[in-house]
Formats: sequence, structure tokens, C-alpha cells
Amino acid sequence: MDLPVWQALTEELADEAFVVLAVSFDTRAPDQSRPWIEAANPTYPCLLDPEHEVADLYNMVNVPNAVWVDEDGRIVRPAETAGTGDEFRTMIDPGGIPPDDLTRMMRRRERYVDAIKDWVRNGTDVTSTTDRTHSPDDALAFAHFRFGTWLAREGRDEESRAQLAEARRLKPESWAFRRQSWELEEVGKAGSPVFWEAVKALGDDAYYPPPDLPGLD
Amino acid sequence: MPTLVTPRGVRQVEDLWLDSAALDAATGWQLKPEGLCRDDACLIVPEELRHHDRVDVAGLWTRLGRPVLTSGDAVYLGEDASSKPALQAGAMAPDFTLRDLAGIEHSLSDHRGKKVFISSWAPW
Repeated sequence: MDLPVWQALTEELADEAFVVLAVSFDTRAPDQSRPWIEAANPTYPCLLDPEHEVADLYNMVNVPNAVWVDEDGRIVRPAETAGTGDEFRTMIDPGGIPPDDLTRMMRRRERYVDAIKDWVRNGTDVTSTTDRTHSPDDALAFAHFRFGTWLAREGRDEESRAQLAEARRLKPESWAFRRQSWELEEVGKAGSPVFWEAVKALGDDAYYPPPDLPGLD
Repeated sequence: MPTLVTPRGVRQVEDLWLDSAALDAATGWQLKPEGLCRDDACLIVPEELRHHDRVDVAGLWTRLGRPVLTSGDAVYLGEDASSKPALQAGAMAPDFTLRDLAGIEHSLSDHRGKKVFISSWAPW
């Protein structure tokens, strides 16, 4: 889980002008998010985003996705994988994640967190060249998705599913769409064999595309 | 009676011909003598979309190229790519306001003067 990682980072950078904002994507928030937040007991703001508003605003496609913003409120790094890697994909195989992969996974996250520290403490230039501006399909997909989650909240499940399916069709790279849709169908489905099958079907494609930072490929 | 759903909220309306107050509440656009206005920008409303003090909001939205999604009695007015902010280094990070578990509101703009790391997560 990420919340304790951001708490350690917050503590380490306590003397700096720096803040983490964690945003929970879950249409059922706060009920589902509460135990995780209480367990991590973070000193930084943990925000609830039951409408996936921040996902839409920043065109985020998965969790964890991160955006870096400077002192003037300008984007430094648009939405990207927050240092996690694809090594988790073998965790359901017999024997789990091979030790070398586990080491690589932890090292990657460390490098990502180190890059944040460097940026905060030393002002290191970490400007990303990625452009996450919505395409017409992205904008339409988020409209279908947000309409679909509203219909789900109204208990209009069948209508909701039609809207969510259209969102996924328009933006197949969004795992946030897929997993939230599954979770609305049935609690726990986002981590069920359906999820693992879908991950396997990626083949050589990344589940967590690496950010354009040195040492993070 | 249609239910009008937008990122700004939900309202029951008699039909999709909205007066200025309802239009403003639902979309943030205001009907003025010079046309439909939001911030400093005004658009001329085509004759067929305006009847006295009312505007056909679905027709208007379609004319603006924005998604109008319907499901049963519900109508969702979405945003198109041209109304979305630029998401690249150097662009202003779009502001948002969300609540924490205690119900306290937090905005990105509260943290001007600090470096901010926004990270998504989910319990699922």
C-alpha cells in the first residue's frame, strides 16, 4: 500500500515546503477508504474522490498515479505511474514474485521517492516531457464513466453498466475504469481472477508504464 | 421530468429549456442580452435554441460539441476535450476541492507556495 510510503516521505521532508495529497478513487468512499486511512494514520490530507473528479481532471488511468505540482501551482510532472512496477504480475504464480524481481520492484519505488526528495530539497529539474491533455475520446470516456457512477449510486445498475462499458471501450488503457466497474458489479471483483486474467492478457504491454525519470524503466 | 446531471450537481427540471438561473446553476453559463456568457466569453445563441428567456440546454451543449448522454430520464452534460485543461509541464495545475474523512474541505490551491505531490489510490 502507498499511504505509509507517502507518510514516511512526509516525515522525512517535514522541514520543507512540501505536501502530499492522497486521493482515494472509490465510488463508495468514505466507507471503503476509512480503514486504510486509519491504519496509515497519515498527517497529510487524504481526500475522498467518489466521483473520480481528480482522475478526470488530470487524466489518471490507474492507482497509484501521481502528479507533481510546483510552488506556483504549475504542473511539473503530469499523471504517471507513482513508481510502482509490473513485477507484481507474478505474485499469483506458484512461488510468488521471484526474489530478484522483488528487489527490483522495491528499488524502483525507492528511486521514484528519491527523485521526489531531490526535487523538493535540491530543486533538481525533473520536468516531464509527457503530455496527458485529454483527447476527444478521453473527454467522452470520462463523461460516460462519471454518468455511469452516478447511475450506480442511484441504484440503476443496468443503465450504469452500459455507460461504464462505453467508457472502457473509449479508453481501454484505464485500469481505474475497469477495476471500479468490476467493483461496482461485485465487491472484491477488482482483485478477483477476472482482474488477473486481464493483466495476463496484456502480454508484453505494461500495466504500469514507467515514468520518464532516469533509472525507472 | 428529466434529471439533469452535470459535474456541478444534479437537478430535476421540467424540461431541458432552462431559464438563466437554472442554466447558471447547472452549467455555470449565464444568459445575458449579448448571449450566453461564462467568465469573459460570450456566445451568440442561435435563434432555434432560444425561446424568450429560456435556452435548450441539450441543443446548446450539442452545438458546443460537448457530450450529451441520456439514459432513461437522466441527461448528463459532459465536457469535451476543448474544455479540458492542458496537462503538461508548465501548465497551471487545475484546482480541485475534496473532503477528507472528517468532512473538511481541502483544495490544491490551499498549498500554493509548496511543492505538491498528488497521488491516487483505491481500496479496491
